[in-house]
Parts: sequence; structure tokens; C-alpha cells
Amino acid sequence: MWRYLIRRLLWALVLFFAVTVVTYVIFFIIPANPAALVAGKSATQEDIQRAEKWLGLDQPVYVQYAKFVHRLLPVTVADNKPAFKTPSLGTSFATRQNVNTVVMRAAPVTASLVFGGAVLWMLVALPIGILSALRPRSLLDRAGMVFVLVGISAHPVWIGLILAYVVGYKLGLAPISGYCDLINPSTSCGGPIDWAWHMMLPWMTFAFLFSAQYVRMIRAQVMETLSEDYVRTARAKGAPESRVLFSHVLRNALLIVVTMLGMDIGLALGGAIFTETVYGLPGLGKVALESIYAFDLPIVQGIVVFGTLAIITFNLFVDLFYAMIDPRIRLN
Amino acid sequence: MALLEVKDLRTSFRTDDGVVTAVDGVSFSLEKGETLGIVGESGCGKSVTCLTIMGLNSKRNATSTGEALWKGEDLLTMKPGRLRDIRGNEIAMVFQDPMTSLNPVHSIGKQLIEAVMLHRDVSKKQARLRALELLKAVGIPRAERRIDDYPHQFSGGMRQRVMIAMSLINEPDLLIADEPTTALDVTTQAQILNLMNKLQEEFHTAIIIITHDLGVVAETADDVVVMYAAKVVEHGPVDSIFAVPRHPYTWGLLGSLPRLDADVERLVQIPGQPPSLLNPPRGCRFHPRCPYVMEACKSKEPPLDAIPSDPTHLQACLLDEDVKQREAQKLLSGTMVVS
Repeated sequence: MWRYLIRRLLWALVLFFAVTVVTYVIFFIIPANPAALVAGKSATQEDIQRAEKWLGLDQPVYVQYAKFVHRLLPVTVADNKPAFKTPSLGTSFATRQNVNTVVMRAAPVTASLVFGGAVLWMLVALPIGILSALRPRSLLDRAGMVFVLVGISAHPVWIGLILAYVVGYKLGLAPISGYCDLINPSTSCGGPIDWAWHMMLPWMTFAFLFSAQYVRMIRAQVMETLSEDYVRTARAKGAPESRVLFSHVLRNALLIVVTMLGMDIGLALGGAIFTETVYGLPGLGKVALESIYAFDLPIVQGIVVFGTLAIITFNLFVDLFYAMIDPRIRLN
Repeated sequence: MALLEVKDLRTSFRTDDGVVTAVDGVSFSLEKGETLGIVGESGCGKSVTCLTIMGLNSKRNATSTGEALWKGEDLLTMKPGRLRDIRGNEIAMVFQDPMTSLNPVHSIGKQLIEAVMLHRDVSKKQARLRALELLKAVGIPRAERRIDDYPHQFSGGMRQRVMIAMSLINEPDLLIADEPTTALDVTTQAQILNLMNKLQEEFHTAIIIITHDLGVVAETADDVVVMYAAKVVEHGPVDSIFAVPRHPYTWGLLGSLPRLDADVERLVQIPGQPPSLLNPPRGCRFHPRCPYVMEACKSKEPPLDAIPSDPTHLQACLLDEDVKQREAQKLLSGTMVVS
């Protein structure tokens, strides 16, 4: 188990370097000069050069990358002795804000969206997926398949705009933009009720595509497991259908679903760009998008780092959870 | 009253290509403590017969008619709750593939305990003791330690032992074993068969053993049902059938066995393939593959009749009795011509 964990963490390190290097390289292939943007519209050549020096953009890419890694390390050498320090993601080109602060302000918004959305899509997908697997070709199954087709085909931005227009604007049932903090009632709104109230439409939009995908996946998994020999064994023992379903079918069928859930949540934490944009939520996706427009590499890189860590962490969770529920993995 | 009496059992499945009648008019009966062997090629309806008796066919596309009287109660029309009380309690089943028949995510102990607790009002502790007792009875070494192991930690033969332990744990009156040794290697096969015989003596269980191996039947069964293309072609006491088999299909099955006691040049093989049950041949279903085919076989379906000398030995072939006796003798002495 420990060897496995160490191997996973080493791989995570390799993955981390690969992703950040690629981000740096892509950024320097793009023919744009962040310094020119920072220096302003009427800047002279000298101003731009000064801005470049100030931002460290006059140095070669590898030096910049090394500095980035150095800032990120939790240890440093002070007075010839190693000392701990807080990892830093650097400072924004455009606004000179601390990137740590920017990411930490946007991350809870995205996390609210992703975790709430995940709960919603599982609440939708589990019953529909399981029931349609138990009754294939029934009315529910057919209706479910239509939902899947629509969910997979429709773009989240379109879904978001339609929901905002119909539910939010025409019916006035939910606010169509803005974010309220879950815990801290800072300015105009806050607290769990305002938070959930403002997140309602984003959750629905975000969960739509995923519920469709999960209905299809859960249905296929449950159907496949239902035809397993050990399910027949359970019935031959005289187990009632409810017991067959919960104790023998779902435990096996949901192994893959749990894996996918962990991976999807990890992935989405890097930013749910479409939903955040439609509803004006100041989450990681929206911040990343704005920073890309402004060629603000430190913020983009900060969000990439956060997203990578989220994916690595959740994949690790999935592996551990998997080992917990599947003895074949735990004992090998 | 017979323990189990199956009368004119028919099971059909609706498929995308049409209706397949997998069991077509099967009848047999079984007394307490007896063993019945059902033999035939893959797809002849042996397994479906037993799954129908157990009520384990998919309800969505399978329909059954006829009767399967269990101690006088019809299993086919029984309420699902009553059938569940009987399944795993009075009638238990062992399946063909031990590698896939146990749930991979539960320990074998848990699966055995579940079988007890579904039918007995006992504590978990008592159920566990019972599970241990059965694991020892089927010869699992160090059962106290292995009870908490998972199926993937057992070999195929050991898993089949666990399956047998699970089926016998409630001391059923009938054990249905669907090709219990097919997925196992030869030495393990013999061990499992010996184990089943031993346990039958101990528990006085009646057994239906489904197999395509006539050797297994000869060793274990009292009665034999030979099935071909969803129908019974020969049915009788094992001694009578092995002494003078009456149906050309049974000859084919017997002739294809390797023998030590006769000098046979080549094993007999039955030419061709079993027919599709979507559209079975008219007349005798075996006629396209039968070396003794007559004109009448192609249109007239032979009835399942008793032979003149023995009312318990039934067969469905239109050949004359003396031809059958002559050919059967040739087969048994090893001089049957290769067809």
C-alpha cells in the first residue's frame, strides 16, 4: 500500500512538471507581448522595455520557469540553512495582485459549482440510470434516452442562456447572475440560503451534460452487472430482488461510476468555464479566461497548478476509495 | 408423491429473430435421494430446463407452460415470495462456472452467511458457525482462516467447493448441478464428483446433474434423460440405457467417448451441427444428422414411447426394435461403422 502511494505521488510530480512546462511553452509561442499590454496604449519602446525588465520577461524562458518553480517550492535556503516558506504562485502581470489570493478567492466559487452540481447530477442520474436498466425499453427508459441525447447534444452555454431566460427572467424563479458567499455575509448577500439560491441555475446548467452522461453510464453498468453469473447465484439463494440489487448489483456496477465521478470532479475544479461565464460567477474558469485575454501568465499558471493538483488529488482519492470497496485491488 | 414432477415443460424466448423454443415438452420425475442425469450437446435445453424449474429465466422475454410440481406445488405458477422461500432452501443450484458465480466484492463467508440468514432465523454468529461447518465438509483446508477470504483468492476447484457448500448449507431436498465440473480440470472434476456423491449420502439430497459427459452420468445417476434440440429423445434407468441404448443420438454420444475396454479404430462422431431452434427440422429433429434416416423420419415426429421389454425406458426413434438392438450391440462391442 505504501509503495503504491509513493509511486502515485512520484507520478503526480512528473505530471505536475509536464503540465506547467507545457503551459509556459505555449505562452511563449503565442505572438503577443504581455509587457506591451501592461505598459499601456501610449507607451514608448523604452516604457515597454522597462515593463519587460520589471516583469522579468527579458530573461530566457527556462530562467523564468526556474524562478516560477523556485517560488513554488515550500523550502528555501536562508543564511545557508534550509527553511520553510509559503509556496507562492507569483504576482499578476496586469494587476500586481498576489496570485495565491486570486486563486483562493476564485476556487470556492468553482468548488461550490462543481460539488453542488455533482450532487445534483448524481441525484438525477442514479435513479434514472438504475430504473431504466431494470426496465429496458420501458417508457422511463425511452424518456431517459431522449434526455441523454438532448443532454449530450446541447451546449452548456445554450442550456445556460435558455434556463436564465425562461426560469430566471420570464418566470423570475431564480437569480440569473452573481455569487453569494456560503459562510461569510460580506456585502449585499451571503449565508447558505442566498448561496444556494444564487447557485440554483448554475448547478442545473452544469449538471445537465453530466447527468446525461451518467444516466447512460450507470444504465450500461447496471445492465451489464445484472447479467453476471453471481447475480443469478444470489437469486438462486432465494435473495429478494431489493437485496440482489443493493448488495450484489450496485456494489459492483458503481465501481466504474465512482472512478468517473472522481475524475470528472477533479477535471471540473480546474474551471467550469461555460457555466461561470453565462452566470457571471467569479470562479476559476472565468478568471482564467480573463487572464488569457490579458496575457497574464502568472494567473493562468496559478489556475493550471491548482487544476492539476485537484485532478491529482481526486484521482488519488478514487484509487484509495476503489481499494476500499474492491477486495481484488486491496489485496493485490 | 414424487419430490419433483415435471410435466410437458415448454419454455420459449422472444428474441429479435423470432421465438426460440428452448425446452419443448420435457417430462420427468424424481424421488427423494435419487439422482437424475440430463445429457445432451450445448444448447439442447438442459440448462434452460433447470433454470425454468428454479424460476431463474429472464421474466422479460421468457414464457413457460406445463407443470413443475415440487411436493405437489407448481413452481411455475407459484407466487414469487413462496418461490424465493424454496430457492436456496429446499432446491439449491450449483452453476457451471465457479470463476464467475461468486460475487467478487464479498468474502465467501459473507456469501455463505447470507444464504443461511435468508432462510433461517439465526444470529450471524450461528450462521457463521454453520458456514464453517460446511466449508470443512466440502474439504476447504484451514476453513477458519479462509472463510474471510474473497473469491479471487481461491482456485477454480476450491470455488466450486464453496459453491457446493453454499448450495448445501440449508440441507436442500434437491440439488441442481448445472455442469458442475465442466470448467474444472480432470483431476479436480473427479474430486468434485466424489464430494457430491459423499454429500448426497450424508444429506439424502436428490440431485439433478446436467452434463454432456456420459461418463459422469454413468457414475452418478440413477435415471438418465437424453435431450436433443429441446426435446427428450431417450429417458430411462441408467443401467438400461447403458446396456442397450435405443436412440441413434445416444449411440452417437456413447460412441464419441474414448474407451479402454474395446479396440476402437476411431471415435464415432456425430456429423453436422445441432439445428437452430428458431426453425427446427420437421419430423424427427435428429434426422438431418442421423446415419439411419428413413423417409418417414423426415415428416413424422417420433413419439416418446416405452420399449417393449421395459415400461420405464422411453425413446423417440422410428427404427424397428430389432435394428436398434443390433446396432446398439455393435456399438458396445466396438464394431460400429464410423458414420
